[in-house]
Amino acid sequence: MERELRLMKGNEAVAEAAIRAGADGYFGYPITPQSEILEYLMEAKPYETTGMVVLQAESELAAINMVYGGAACGKKVMTTSSSPGISLKQEGITYIAGAELPCLIVNVVRGGPGLGTIQPAQSDYFQAVKGGGHGDYHLIVLAPASVQEMADFVELGFDLAFRYRNPVMILSDGAIGQMMEKVYLNPHRERSKDVPEWATTGKPPTRSRNIITSLDLDPEAQERFNLKLVAKYNEIREKEVRYEEFQCDDADYLLVAYGTSARVCQKSVQLARMEGIRVGLLRPITLFPFPSERISVLADRVKGILSVEMSAGQMVEDVLLAVNGKVTVKHYGRMGGMIPTPEEVVENLRSKIIGG
Amino acid sequence: MAEVTGIKEIIKPENLVYKRTGIMTDTVLSYCPGCGHGTAHRILAELIEEEGLQSKAIGVSPVGCSVLLYNFLDIDWQEAAHGRAPAVATAIKRLLPDRFVFTYQGDGDLAAIGTAETIHACNRGENFLIIFINNGIYGMTGGQMAPTTIPGMKSSTSPFGRDVRMMGNPLKMTDIVATLPGTYYVTRQSVHTPANVKKTKRALRKAIQYQFHNKGTCFVEIVSNCPSGWKMTPVESIRWMEENMLPFYPLGDMKVPDEKTGK
Repeated sequence: MERELRLMKGNEAVAEAAIRAGADGYFGYPITPQSEILEYLMEAKPYETTGMVVLQAESELAAINMVYGGAACGKKVMTTSSSPGISLKQEGITYIAGAELPCLIVNVVRGGPGLGTIQPAQSDYFQAVKGGGHGDYHLIVLAPASVQEMADFVELGFDLAFRYRNPVMILSDGAIGQMMEKVYLNPHRERSKDVPEWATTGKPPTRSRNIITSLDLDPEAQERFNLKLVAKYNEIREKEVRYEEFQCDDADYLLVAYGTSARVCQKSVQLARMEGIRVGLLRPITLFPFPSERISVLADRVKGILSVEMSAGQMVEDVLLAVNGKVTVKHYGRMGGMIPTPEEVVENLRSKIIGG
Repeated sequence: MAEVTGIKEIIKPENLVYKRTGIMTDTVLSYCPGCGHGTAHRILAELIEEEGLQSKAIGVSPVGCSVLLYNFLDIDWQEAAHGRAPAVATAIKRLLPDRFVFTYQGDGDLAAIGTAETIHACNRGENFLIIFINNGIYGMTGGQMAPTTIPGMKSSTSPFGRDVRMMGNPLKMTDIVATLPGTYYVTRQSVHTPANVKKTKRALRKAIQYQFHNKGTCFVEIVSNCPSGWKMTPVESIRWMEENMLPFYPLGDMKVPDEKTGK
């Protein structure tokens, strides 16, 4: 498979990968720091080549509901936004989860709360992995740490979304969205002509009507549906956990970090080892499902764990659950658009874990 | 025995003048006695059958009294979040441009929470049909004031009548969308008399056929009654509607395509 090498921004890589993945539709609304995605698609005009629909909606609310409508037709559809916009989309996301529709949502996270800042952050972790909107549901959450993964996770995201009939979120941040790196792009994949049996495409005489809804007024039926979702999430937990380990084999201490923080921590591992501190890094690639089992196994071997995030401490709660009291777990984070330095991380490892 | 023969005579196929449409399912309608929704559903079902559109139709049902509409018509359906039907339908029609796509929305759904989606879909000229049932009240939640509740009209959240100085004015969405360049056919009808049922059916048939002209949004308002929400008998509600609603929401076409130019 010949892969084309390009130098691109993370946001541009998402857009180009979507065209190449054979996406049927993109519905978006401008917001910094991810507006390049919509701009790139409008410039690329895939509607003239692959037939992919690209539409600038009147709001994030409209955009996510367009995704709902397109997904319910069995189409490969997506939207992208950044934190305040993703909050607006939560209504549509819970309906999509409740109707069991596949779609891809990209959150290029910026600091909050409120309008916050346009600088990168990881403060939407809870919103992404615990549901986000109302009701019991989960997204499958992928956390890219490079422009390459921004591109790769578009195709992976669509595949997972259709395999499980579940919305998938790429939880990126402003740094990965804006930075330029080399990226190998997959060849173009044809837009699928397959029509899922559940899709609303007009009822032919050969089948009964398809209804896409998240409504069930009968509590017993609604509970049966909730249990079905639970079973689906358990299957996802069993089969789809993805993570990467960096120098964990002989580690006395463990860093857990995803996305931009994981890139920083990789350097921290090197710095610490130069000082003779044996540190490893576990980088969750899927945030839901979370690599809890692997963290639990590593917790048996290390003396302490530092969870590093650009937030006030969100993922650390999942690390604590996974470790279940076996060793000390602490959080170190920067907020408001600040990115921790590798040295800061080592310092905090020393003060919070090694000295603590 | 002569009587039985009489019935057999009467039910001969050649004597058939009225029958249930195949598009309506056997599901019992969830509406109150005297409500206009059932009539509007029936007209829509008849037209989908008569125009041969069952295999092409994708409906988008709203949140409101007609939330369960997808149970009543034997076509493919999507249930939208409150007010979002025009956004949902936008994507359906753009991704499946040869299908017959429509939304069916009440006044709270279309003219309050979904105002932005309605106006922008109409302004973009999305090629689908919006059916707007305006009964001036939130029926499903128990008769609260709607964006279309007329001045002085009582509801559970305007118990002394709508005071426009305090509660704001009713919104005439149909008048608004008629001014937008994206709409192709805009009309206001009712289903409270047999003559009006016929007129509404004619209007809806045009709107359905126009969708395949690909010239823009078709918008059909149906002014209706809500006996339960208005706390009236069905007959009283019809009379009240004629005397109060129709002067405020006059029936008729607001925007029609030029038959010659098709514009």
